[in-house]
Amino acid sequence: MKLVTVTQFASPDAAYVALVEARRGLSEPEAAALDAKLVLILANHIGDLDVLREAIALAKPNSASS
Amino acid sequence: MTQTGRTARYTYGYRRSPDQDARAPARHPVIVVGAGPVGMTTAIDLALRGVKVVLLDDADRIGEGSRGICWAKRTLEIFDRLGVGEQLVEAGVTWKLGKVFLGDDLVYAFDLLPEDGHKMPAFINLQQYAVEKVLVDRVLELADIDLRWCNKVVALEQRNDGVRITVETPDGHYTLDTDWLVAADGARSAVRDLVGLGFAGVTFEDKFLIADVKMAAEFPTERRFWFDPPFHSGQSALMHRQPDNIWRIDLQLGPEADAQAEQAPERVIPRLKKMLGDIPFDLEWVSVYRFNCRRLERFVHGRVVFVGDAAHQVSPFGARGANSGVQDAENLAWKLAAVLDGQADAALIDSYDRERAQAADENIAHSTRSTDFIAPHSPAERALRNAVLSLAPHAEFARRMVNSGRLSVATVYDTLLATLDEAPFAGSAKLGAPVPDLPVRTRDGRSGHLLEHLSGGFEVLYVRDGATPSAPDGVKLTVIGEDLIDEQGMFAQRFDASPGATYVLRPDHHLTARLRSFDAGKVDAAISRALGR
Repeated sequence: MKLVTVTQFASPDAAYVALVEARRGLSEPEAAALDAKLVLILANHIGDLDVLREAIALAKPNSASS
Repeated sequence: MTQTGRTARYTYGYRRSPDQDARAPARHPVIVVGAGPVGMTTAIDLALRGVKVVLLDDADRIGEGSRGICWAKRTLEIFDRLGVGEQLVEAGVTWKLGKVFLGDDLVYAFDLLPEDGHKMPAFINLQQYAVEKVLVDRVLELADIDLRWCNKVVALEQRNDGVRITVETPDGHYTLDTDWLVAADGARSAVRDLVGLGFAGVTFEDKFLIADVKMAAEFPTERRFWFDPPFHSGQSALMHRQPDNIWRIDLQLGPEADAQAEQAPERVIPRLKKMLGDIPFDLEWVSVYRFNCRRLERFVHGRVVFVGDAAHQVSPFGARGANSGVQDAENLAWKLAAVLDGQADAALIDSYDRERAQAADENIAHSTRSTDFIAPHSPAERALRNAVLSLAPHAEFARRMVNSGRLSVATVYDTLLATLDEAPFAGSAKLGAPVPDLPVRTRDGRSGHLLEHLSGGFEVLYVRDGATPSAPDGVKLTVIGEDLIDEQGMFAQRFDASPGATYVLRPDHHLTARLRSFDAGKVDAAISRALGR
């Protein structure tokens, strides 16, 4: 497994708040559009298809995490 | 698929063949079914290799609609070898730039010819009927091709050493025997049905209006593609220049569109007016399509070989239909000739299946991805697609994801016929790929290009280093630095050549082996391997 699932943020709370604040006041479609863009930007930043696939597997509704 | 045809551009007559009066079925080495671009390429290539071909077509005409218009460099190189490349380039519109717009804004532009010094351009646009006319003329020049119009295959029987077919003509039925039958009879292949083969794959729900429009407009000579343009909100549009003031326009209509109703001029003309504004235009041809991506599981069934749309079908985004068909034809032609000549065993034809199945899979994958991007399957997919488009003006990575069609390039065959490199080679030449073109000068001082000096057979390119190598019998040896002068150093660069470097080319100009120094035994072995021996 290449995907890092332990926190990499010095302050996990601050990272979460940044994501929450980004969508505050947005409608559902606007938030969905924001999320889609964020996914693309961050996926490209990671730049590793294996990591991306592992992340998708973790995020999928049928995975153990949800 | 539905279409409103235009009248035929060229009509040919049925003529009775002496085979129809034969007491026993006449036997031929190769029968090609279907006189479209792929069937005619197969026939011409075989005839130039000394194989007699009977070419059957169920119609008496060519030119029902424009259909394929984009001819890729690799296809043009093949046509050039067959003697019609320059004529086609002259008749067509040469282009290499593609532009993608979101709304009114340019988000992405690409140049399809990253290397210079090639004889053939990245692409030309030319109506399929114009290409077919040139190919028919070439066919008629070749005594080894017997072209029979209004000859329809209605029955087929596989035998151990060949195929027996029943052919229907205006004079009734007759029977023919052939060592090999090449099915080039298109997406609705009758031969495929007669062999009893399924043709499974994906049908895309979205419908597309395709119109050829005649107008005196000075839009740029480039492929222009719009996502969500102001003149066709929420859908995509494509515009492409053809010769004679004809423009190809594709408009996405969505899954709900009524194919029949959308072809009516009173529906089409207002759509086009929104796009073209006040420019007066005439409607040349209109059609409404739904696209399929599918292929036969195997392209070789006994002595029946499927090429082009009869074997595989793709959406048009990427110009991978007719282009891949022509490349099928050239892959098959030299192999059939080698088998019929006794140089190779019939098993060589299996390598056609492997190599062109690889190409078909690539083409289907690219074409499916493009179609999925252009016509997302669900609102959720559309949201992601739109996110890519809205990021594209701001981020390079997103521009690279924008997919309005990845345009046809030749396949690099990952093939058992090739001899693996013993020493590393850099350069743009790749093992298994067609060799790159480049400018050369001949011994007597004429400027030209590498590809036009290649034979249609196996060929060895050897970079002069003072030795006096000799090629195996029947194989042409070209000495770089003597027969052909690498004036601009492009051979050195593209082939990563050093003195003594030796390259073995297949008859279809795909690179099949390369060595750092000439070795007669290794060259011989590489050629045997490429013949499947």
